[in-house]
Amino acid sequence: MTALVWRELRRAWSSGGLVLPIAFFLLVAILFPFAVGPDGRLLARIGGGVIWAAALLAALLPVERLVAPDAESGVLDQLVARGFSDAGIAAAKMLGHWLGFGPALLAATCVAAALLHVPAGALATILLGLAIGTPGLAALGVATAALVAGLRGAGAIAGLVMLPFAVPLLIFGAGATGGEPGAIKLLAAISLLLVAGCPFVAGAAMGMGRG
Amino acid sequence: MSPALAFDDVTCLRGGRILFERLGFALGPGDAGLVRGPNGVGKSSLIRIAAGLLAPLEGRVTGDGARALLSESAALDAEQTLAAALGFWAGLDGGKACVAEALDAVGLAEIAEVPVRLLSTGQRRRAAFARVLASGAPVWLLDEPGNGLDTASLAMLEARIAAHRAAGGIVLVATHQPIALPDAQEIRL
Repeated sequence: MTALVWRELRRAWSSGGLVLPIAFFLLVAILFPFAVGPDGRLLARIGGGVIWAAALLAALLPVERLVAPDAESGVLDQLVARGFSDAGIAAAKMLGHWLGFGPALLAATCVAAALLHVPAGALATILLGLAIGTPGLAALGVATAALVAGLRGAGAIAGLVMLPFAVPLLIFGAGATGGEPGAIKLLAAISLLLVAGCPFVAGAAMGMGRG
Repeated sequence: MSPALAFDDVTCLRGGRILFERLGFALGPGDAGLVRGPNGVGKSSLIRIAAGLLAPLEGRVTGDGARALLSESAALDAEQTLAAALGFWAGLDGGKACVAEALDAVGLAEIAEVPVRLLSTGQRRRAAFARVLASGAPVWLLDEPGNGLDTASLAMLEARIAAHRAAGGIVLVATHQPIALPDAQEIRL
């Protein structure tokens, strides 16, 4: 299991698959001050929401390389032939994906927050929210990847599948940065639900793809 | 515990079509099964059922011992070196030490440090076979093992299979090509 997680992490970094989403995330954060103007107070007010929306979009980018290449190259077959369960493989992929993606995103958020004039206190809340929400986002990414693996135009369909399910994360994540009491708990609940449920969804999708 | 592999009245359904019905055979230590038949008759599906990748519609597959699968796809990470890509699987199978030996056996020892994406079709096939060798599994499931191999590699493959059987292993081969498997049980689909 550790070997599977480690392989995901190595694959993520070696293919440049994680630099792109992080660069994309920062780019969105850079674009906003240009779009709405250099008004510091306005930027600070919308900053939390912008960071969350950017994180969501950035999480969508690596979806295509999470499951489809392994299904195509026969790696999933070999793992199942060795007695790994589909859900176990999916869980390892989620953990590996998050380890590569989550901490890097948190680091990039500090840069984005500076660009958006987000005050230090709010930044702490955003970081806490992202730390809680990104595992859910990673789980959702792997489940989506398993569902769309092998489809034509998988990238576009992945967006349509994943973003609606990510809306609760966005609402409570952005709500927590706005100082809503209880939002962070609801965010944790949604994230936990995704982390607990997605391995089985992804596993079932991978099993059907093999059949 | 001696290895075994047995199909008990197995029926295979693929794409709404029955490929084979009530198929039964049993292989013991040192035995070989040779699955024969034209394209699309269900040879690969039979191997996939034996590997546990497909569930049979009816009947069951029983057996003892770990199974190593050689399918049409190499399942090696393209950006890694050959030795590292095989090492990942050997690590899962619990024997990283066997990789160099297996690579040597299939004649790929001198390109162990070449990235997998640069390998030719035949080299990829031999690398996939090296994974079977390195796995140490007593039951080998080989789907078209001779595809893309030159004459020398075919002879190597046959010799390795013979050695594996001599050591008490089981081989189930699905192929439409001629392959030397002395005293093999023929399973015609």
